[in-house]
Amino acid sequence: MSKYYLFQDTKKCIGCHSCEVACKSSKNLPVGPKLCEIITIGPVFIGGLPKAAYTFMPCFHCEDPWCVAACPTGAMQRRNQDGIVFVDPALCVGCKTCMSACPWGAPQWNPETGKSVKCDYCMDRLDSGDKPACVTVCTTHCLHFGLAEAAPPVRRERYAKAITSLE
Amino acid sequence: MEKEVYSLCFMCSVRCPIRVVTKDDQVKWIEGNPHVTGMEGSLCPRGAAGTGLLYDNERVQSPMIRTGPRGSGQWKKATWDEALNMVGEKLKKIIDEHGAHSVVLGERTQLATHVSKTFLKAIGSPNHYTHDAICKGSVNTAGRSLLGYTDAQMGMDYKNTKHIVFYGRNFFEAIEVKGVNALTEAIEKGAKLTYIDPRVSVTATKSNRYWMIRPGTDLALNYSLIHIILRDRLYDAEYVRRWVTGLAELQDFIQPYTAQWAEKETGIPASEIESLVRELEKDKPSVIFHFGYRGANHTNEIYMRRSILILNALMGSIEAKGGIFLKKGPGEVGKKPARKLTEQDFPEINQPRFDKLGTPDFPLPDPAHGVGQILPYAILNEDPYPLKALINYRFDPLMSIPDTNMTRDALDKLDLIVTIDVNYSDIAWYSDVILPESTYLERTDSVQQANGLKPQMFLRQQAVTPRYDTRPGAIILKQIGERLGIEKYFPFQTMEDLVKWQLEGTGFYIEDFRAKGFLPYTDKQIFWDRKDGIKFKTPSGKIELVSSLLEDAGFESFPPYESMPSPREKRFRLITGRCALHTHISTQNNPYLNEIAPENVLWINREKADELGVKDGALVEVSSDRGSGTIKAFVTDFIHPEAVFMLHGYGHQSQAATRSFNKGLNDGLLMENVSDMIGGSPAFHHTCVSVNPV
Repeated sequence: MSKYYLFQDTKKCIGCHSCEVACKSSKNLPVGPKLCEIITIGPVFIGGLPKAAYTFMPCFHCEDPWCVAACPTGAMQRRNQDGIVFVDPALCVGCKTCMSACPWGAPQWNPETGKSVKCDYCMDRLDSGDKPACVTVCTTHCLHFGLAEAAPPVRRERYAKAITSLE
Repeated sequence: MEKEVYSLCFMCSVRCPIRVVTKDDQVKWIEGNPHVTGMEGSLCPRGAAGTGLLYDNERVQSPMIRTGPRGSGQWKKATWDEALNMVGEKLKKIIDEHGAHSVVLGERTQLATHVSKTFLKAIGSPNHYTHDAICKGSVNTAGRSLLGYTDAQMGMDYKNTKHIVFYGRNFFEAIEVKGVNALTEAIEKGAKLTYIDPRVSVTATKSNRYWMIRPGTDLALNYSLIHIILRDRLYDAEYVRRWVTGLAELQDFIQPYTAQWAEKETGIPASEIESLVRELEKDKPSVIFHFGYRGANHTNEIYMRRSILILNALMGSIEAKGGIFLKKGPGEVGKKPARKLTEQDFPEINQPRFDKLGTPDFPLPDPAHGVGQILPYAILNEDPYPLKALINYRFDPLMSIPDTNMTRDALDKLDLIVTIDVNYSDIAWYSDVILPESTYLERTDSVQQANGLKPQMFLRQQAVTPRYDTRPGAIILKQIGERLGIEKYFPFQTMEDLVKWQLEGTGFYIEDFRAKGFLPYTDKQIFWDRKDGIKFKTPSGKIELVSSLLEDAGFESFPPYESMPSPREKRFRLITGRCALHTHISTQNNPYLNEIAPENVLWINREKADELGVKDGALVEVSSDRGSGTIKAFVTDFIHPEAVFMLHGYGHQSQAATRSFNKGLNDGLLMENVSDMIGGSPAFHHTCVSVNPV
């Protein structure tokens, strides 16, 4: 896996899609490809309250990526230094094998270029010290990006608070 | 070369502070201003779609003059001189023949509002209106009737609240980034969220308590909450004794409105109403009953909004940490606000306003904003006098005033329709002349005087040169003014000149905004002393439950509650609202936003849909007494059986905006144009509709 971890604090997410828009506008993508996407699940009534999940779906940057193995031209690659999986458009011939290979639908089709396009964690931004576009712009800061070992412990802390009584 | 510019977003009217990175005069990146608490990079989806607007080849690219019938789409591209000369000549003729009062200018309130008000004052017309009344006129009047402050002069301390109650205020979809983050922080610390809405919105899914209230009965619920608070003496006694008048009258009035009574009207169990009060009472005064942003649902709207403010008053939450605060201006720290062009001396105007505000016919709504939905009636009935010319500035009467067909009939009576807009809105498409405005990324704007707990100034600063042949709206108005002989009221050549003029005497300079985009007057939050220091602006200096404003104008403070009728068989109350992806009627053609939310659907309760044979995803015809149209049905358990819901802002008829043209249905086609004639809001949820499979 890549050495990074993109964590979505689902409790804070409001399903507003600003991550998707920031992604597309920063990468100047046309209508069609969504390198990340918020999928709404629900609502359903649980104990009388309406509950819904707004689940963030980016690329998972696998350790042994199906898309890289499947790519016949070497366009789909894994960056040595940090494990980011990205596609080099100069080598992509638009065969869509990566789209077939990925079990999670991460590689997308760019109808303007006739090539595959996918989340690369905004590696150009990372290399200049910034966070990915989706994480930076996220309305509620529910997306966190960093080294996997530095993932924020918000869930554990929240759960501890919920089950602990000081009385 | 890369450059960073601190500015203000304008994808909606909130004006979030932003940081824009440009390279070679192109916008490369937009994010929330990292120096501003609650922004720190964040943008809502509309803000994130800013480049979608900037580079949109479907916005108005040069002045346009109509050559065929109105709305035919036959245009001639014009130079600025041609278009401005034509507008100037036609206005001059109209003013000479019919008087300056026959000219109306309507706009969505903005930083340049002082410029457009100046334009009208200088020609001698009283007829400026903003969209405010259409959104929240009754909230404004309710605030003045109780506290002497408008809704815009109050804010909410979301970050420190312990319990917030929303009445259809869809807080997490009608996003204001700073507010959303402050409340999210409070929720993380344990704050409770109660959400009341006939429909399950995103905000409902984030709540601790959700009530699917029968549409239009929130006032009944509030009367029962007040009843319980007074019955059990759960109010903040010290605060109420010091700051509230009229408690005895309220006590008498509220007697019959028990929780059992409210259960019958609202459908909310009496026991649950009682338990909400118990919870809130423990957290007082750090509780907020949110008075809403849009407050324009029913003809008794002012009493609904008053009831919310009364609940806050009883909990002692007005001017409390974690409650509602009154906004502080620079005067609080002995400093001056930015000047406005409206501070100049103008010729006296003796004609009444087109909406008759300030006359016995319509005494109370705020004349600073007017009441825009009266415009079609004023034009059609020539009451109080004939209107001849309409300038629309960033406001679309066709889609924003209820009853689109009637509004169009009214527009047809006008001799001149001019629109200043960035987009090919429906009103731009229906105009005689379009004067295209530069986007917020392409222009510097007037100073934003941001009053609040810490008064500040913000500045929208031009990030890139205009992509097309467009100009800032303030310059456009000045240039029309030059053709009408009123140039002396516009003492500036460029927007930077205007900003410098505004800043004179404030101790701040335009260059100061470069570093972070804003300038604080103080670094401390100003709360007034709850014992002696709260400066209510009512005649008594207190919160007037029995309102001198209302009573002096001949209105009751506590009229008896009238039951909200259920829609007739096979009819539904039409309710309307927003999603996170769009701002009113103005973003539906943005390529990024359109991709995610291209059209609206009609939410209808599953049982009712089954009875009518309406299938999920199938087209239905929705009809009211005013109009009809087709839309896809969304069959769901998450809406009250008496209501159907659709998002506002769809069904555009401007063919130049191809992505949004004819997508979904315009709610304005169905709605009747009726108003709360005390408070000033239109009653958007007044209309009942029938729904039939197509």
